[in-house]
Amino acid sequence: MKIFEAVGSAVTRLLSELGRFVQLLFRTAAWAVRPPYDVAETVRQMVRVGVDSIPVVFVTGLFTGMVISLQTYTGFARFHAESFVGSVVALSVTRELAPVLAALMVTGRVGSAMAAELGTMRVTEQIDALVALATEPIQYLIVPRVVAATIMLPLLVVMADAVGIGGGYLVAVDLLGANPVTYVHNSFQFLGVNDLTSGIIKAASFGLLFSLIGCQKGFYTEGGAEGVGISTTRAVVSGSLAILVADFFLTKLLF
Amino acid sequence: MANELADARIDPARASEPKIKLVEISKSFNGKVVLDRLDLEIAAGESVVLVGPSGTGKSVLLKHIIGLIRPDSGQVVIDGTDLWSLPDKELNAFRRRFGMSFQEGALFDSMSVYDNIAFPLRRQAKKSAAEVRARVAECLELVHLEGIEKRKPAELSGGMRRRVGFARAIALEPEILLFDEPTTGLDPIMSDVIDTTIVEMRERLRCTTVTITHDMESAAKIGDRIALIFEGKIVAIDAPERFLKSDNPMVRQFVEGRADGPMTQAEGARGGRA
Repeated sequence: MKIFEAVGSAVTRLLSELGRFVQLLFRTAAWAVRPPYDVAETVRQMVRVGVDSIPVVFVTGLFTGMVISLQTYTGFARFHAESFVGSVVALSVTRELAPVLAALMVTGRVGSAMAAELGTMRVTEQIDALVALATEPIQYLIVPRVVAATIMLPLLVVMADAVGIGGGYLVAVDLLGANPVTYVHNSFQFLGVNDLTSGIIKAASFGLLFSLIGCQKGFYTEGGAEGVGISTTRAVVSGSLAILVADFFLTKLLF
Repeated sequence: MANELADARIDPARASEPKIKLVEISKSFNGKVVLDRLDLEIAAGESVVLVGPSGTGKSVLLKHIIGLIRPDSGQVVIDGTDLWSLPDKELNAFRRRFGMSFQEGALFDSMSVYDNIAFPLRRQAKKSAAEVRARVAECLELVHLEGIEKRKPAELSGGMRRRVGFARAIALEPEILLFDEPTTGLDPIMSDVIDTTIVEMRERLRCTTVTITHDMESAAKIGDRIALIFEGKIVAIDAPERFLKSDNPMVRQFVEGRADGPMTQAEGARGGRA
């Protein structure tokens, strides 16, 4: 019987978290369109999510492009199809790897920080203080973070796309001796606008997901320092899982 | 809405109504009853002090008054308006009538003292930079903390943090001021400074105040009435001089600070302190 109880309570917890997420999504959307618009805070969050994440996403994009190039070159060389390495790198980076890996890295960096920050504010009564000062905390705290993440992650992904393709070129041409003209030509021959836009749509969705999950975990933190720790961990785990699950369904929908 | 608020302040028909009226408030957390059909009426300009053992729902009661917690049943009526009958946005606007000071100050730690106090002025009052500067200086002067505008909350002592919390709470000139354990954990001298500040603020702002404390000396100094809360109910409420001399065995146990008494026995019968 205990196993049923455990499964039951896990399912109940999952459903209640999901319900809370959907509720917070609607409340955030409703408060986002109401004035006052906190432009300064949104810009501050855009810097934290976007500008401050450039080094991490740059390295992630570069090495992802490089390793894909290395792997496919070695594989394709077995049946003399090296000239298509550029296409494979460009397509896999723009459609899949740049959006997903950049989102996972930013979730670890920023989603966790959002949960920790809001969680600390919750346990030290700063969120109650906001309400007491007639300020809606969803509008003041969550809206700028979610808007910033939804705008900045696509921009980071565009950078990761470029860096990834560049990394692939470096490995294929400079390390493995591929013909540079053929490589560049093939890189863009099969790359359509749809490949780029679908990656960008994915990135915006992932930005919305990880930031809202990070904010949700922080906003509803219970207990003291331990509660903040739990929220931070959950923000990263749930955020990453949500990105991977959403990736499948978005890919199914967009391609 | 703003006109309606202004009218409520001067409407003579409402003058006889209590400023704060709690009607049969009940609240449970995870099956544990914290407030149990609690009634309380506080007149305009009155100062009520809530005392009682830890975990008996004093802070929860205070958070009900300002609408931070929604009761499971019962009504919170401020100036004749049931808080929870208001839509979200109006409830937010209604909260401008309140100022609340939290246990540890709850200052926004990413902001300086100046920005903390200016926060409600910039967001709610839409004042010019010069007006904000003048009001921040005025609020800091009222809590005797001039010249610390640039400091961060982490650089302040516990007593200073709370007084900055007071300054922030009074920035919008609230009609009702709520203090959650303003002197807990402070030395006796600082406690007296805080008590004096509360009395001064009340006299200058002419507002209604509700204060939670464990310190009977503070309670007698600050309060027009003292209410003892136990197991989610008000078991005694009276003017300080009568409260301190009360024959009620629970009041006697609390005032004398005895471990033995009806409150400990009741808790023992329930299986210990929460």
